[in-house]
Amino acid sequence: MYTFKHGVHPDECKELAKDKPIRVVSAGKTLVFPMQQHIGAKAKPCVKVGDNVLMGQIIGEADGIISANVLSSVSGKVTAIEERLVVGGQKVESIVIENDEKYDAIKGFGVERDFNSLSNEEIIRIVKDAGIVGLGGASFPTHVKLSPKDPNKIDYILVNGAECEPYLTSDYRLMIEETETLVKGLQCMLKLFPRAKGVICVEDNKRDAYDKITKACSSISNIETALMKTKYPQGGERQLIFAITGRKINVSVLPADAGCLVDNVDTVVSIGNAVCKSTPLLRRIITLSGDAYNETANLNVRFGISYKEIVDFAGGFKVNPEKMVSGGPMMGLPIFSLDMPVSKNSSALLAFTKDPLSNQNETNCINCGRCVSACPINLVPTRMLKAAKTGNFEEYIKLNGTECITCGSCSFVCPAKKPLTPYFSYMKFAVRGYLNSKKEAK
Amino acid sequence: MDLKLNVQSSPHVRDRISTSAIMLDVIIALIPATVWGILRFGVHAAIVVAVAVISAVLSETLFNIIVKKPNTIGDLSCVVTGLILGLNMPPEVPFFVPAVGSFFAIVIVKMLFGGLGQNFMNPALAGRCFCIISFAGFMNNFTSRMSVDAYTSATPLIILKSGNEVNLFDMLFGYIPGTIGEISAICLLLGAIYLAVKKIIDLRIPILYIVSFVIFIMIFGQGKSTNINYILGEVLGGGLIFGAFFMATDYATSPITPLGKVLYGILLGVLTGIFRLFGKSGESVSYVILISNLLVPLIESFTIPTAFGKEGK
Repeated sequence: MYTFKHGVHPDECKELAKDKPIRVVSAGKTLVFPMQQHIGAKAKPCVKVGDNVLMGQIIGEADGIISANVLSSVSGKVTAIEERLVVGGQKVESIVIENDEKYDAIKGFGVERDFNSLSNEEIIRIVKDAGIVGLGGASFPTHVKLSPKDPNKIDYILVNGAECEPYLTSDYRLMIEETETLVKGLQCMLKLFPRAKGVICVEDNKRDAYDKITKACSSISNIETALMKTKYPQGGERQLIFAITGRKINVSVLPADAGCLVDNVDTVVSIGNAVCKSTPLLRRIITLSGDAYNETANLNVRFGISYKEIVDFAGGFKVNPEKMVSGGPMMGLPIFSLDMPVSKNSSALLAFTKDPLSNQNETNCINCGRCVSACPINLVPTRMLKAAKTGNFEEYIKLNGTECITCGSCSFVCPAKKPLTPYFSYMKFAVRGYLNSKKEAK
Repeated sequence: MDLKLNVQSSPHVRDRISTSAIMLDVIIALIPATVWGILRFGVHAAIVVAVAVISAVLSETLFNIIVKKPNTIGDLSCVVTGLILGLNMPPEVPFFVPAVGSFFAIVIVKMLFGGLGQNFMNPALAGRCFCIISFAGFMNNFTSRMSVDAYTSATPLIILKSGNEVNLFDMLFGYIPGTIGEISAICLLLGAIYLAVKKIIDLRIPILYIVSFVIFIMIFGQGKSTNINYILGEVLGGGLIFGAFFMATDYATSPITPLGKVLYGILLGVLTGIFRLFGKSGESVSYVILISNLLVPLIESFTIPTAFGKEGK
């Protein structure tokens, strides 16, 4: 079985939502589309207030090399272009569309296509037009990932089905329910990289998904499946690459430079949908889980629908939650309002009646070394914390703090309940600023 | 819907382990040795241990009151320090000795340097050595009114040094003179197994300590290198088991880096070998650990692990 070194074992809590089939959420009257749902430059609105738009129409154009299109997930009328609150707390320029509930689609929408009849350039253009970004959380524009300097150097395409975050079951449901499209999507990607082998990687707590995929691709020579140990962060890009290929990359190396492309299950399914079914990325699968819900659910949600609407759709709260998280509990973002739209980077919506962090008793660091044994990057988190707290950037860099992937493992295991990861997330930016000012001073 | 939501940076879940739970496990692990010591040496020994613990707790409370900081006794680390110090006392020591020792350990060695985890020396050991220097007569008297056999005053290491054989059975099960907690290797090992199973201690340090010590005395043991009685006697005597599993593994004063732990274990073994073979004092283990504590920052500085993906760069 494939795995990496160190890591942690949080309670999986997947049984809460694991057996809930994906249901489609019906869209409400008003949908909101932020222009920044991806890493890179903000998309530029290409419609005006008052315009009528079709389902699947590009309403925000990719602006720059690393950027992604934003598409309307319904047909209707643009009622406003204004700043709206998004997950993370910022306000982002957004297009507000009034749903006419006709779902008139753009031309050619839903037409079946054979990917073998398409050229590589056409496939990449389709992926770009479809607005596809990595749906695992980082939201890197997929068409950029699919266009590395030398496609012949890529020998692995890894489909990340680890879903190592607790509570999350959306990728699991997709692997079970959309096995065909997943394999199709991977075949489209493999067409771009003639020397590559596709590996669909699944953690061993999702054995049935693994078996189903293995069966589905048994006759395809360049696709394999790999069963990985259930451990967090097995689905981290660098951990996954190491587990499967044995290659180790640091923060300054792109996976492509190590001959690997890593994409999340939902991303690959989206590629399959866009290329083979002419259906651009208009939705994502979201897990609603946690003890505050009446009913947990796996939902197929059109972008632009507000969190409040999907909570109501699923059946609302049993008790008002004290903590809500967009994404998994290890790396997700806390949210403070449900008045935000579902976007490409929202992978789950967790609701807890009790905030597990509210009664933590912080003590001095006792130097126990649990953070060292947990760190998948081999760092010494407690020493990094000391350097971070005292603003000692040189020491922080010397300790390789810039390699931190902010996976949260160190904070998770810390018996002294130190806020390790929050400091490291901050230092990611602070160190960059420090290095820039140092360069300027020279 | 009017939601009041907590907002904190990720991760949003935490492991159940806590500082006080770890300290409680160490206390649990020391119960067999404590009970055996009290059974062997009687009420006086029980009071010695109690005085050490109470003095440690009071010292920490008093210190926190004086410096106007929240009381930290809830983390139980002062109980551990007091308990270990108490178990390191000879059975018939006057009660003021553990009281002063605990005060020194907590206030001077631990709290003045910033409290839990900030001390550069093991507080209990420093307290013990402080007592040995200050109250040498009391601290080196291992006679006990409870045991009246012939060897009461001669510890196994003294017997070994004079070239005689020791009774290994007595050393394993704790029928020898010594400090309250160190006499039964079996009781100590039971506690060590508990700590290892609960993943509280890293076995690299104690095992390398003992292994490197055995190798050292086998090489430099002057003709006794194959004498099983001698080697096992050296391992089981002189508080080596207690020191290796309960004091050398102290988090704050041992290296945090994996390679550092290895070097630290070997260093302890070699130094103990040197002290035992070529030194005069019977107190080698305590001093060896204290000296090695001082070298920990140095060991850590050159054993920072290579970051993932940075190998060979």
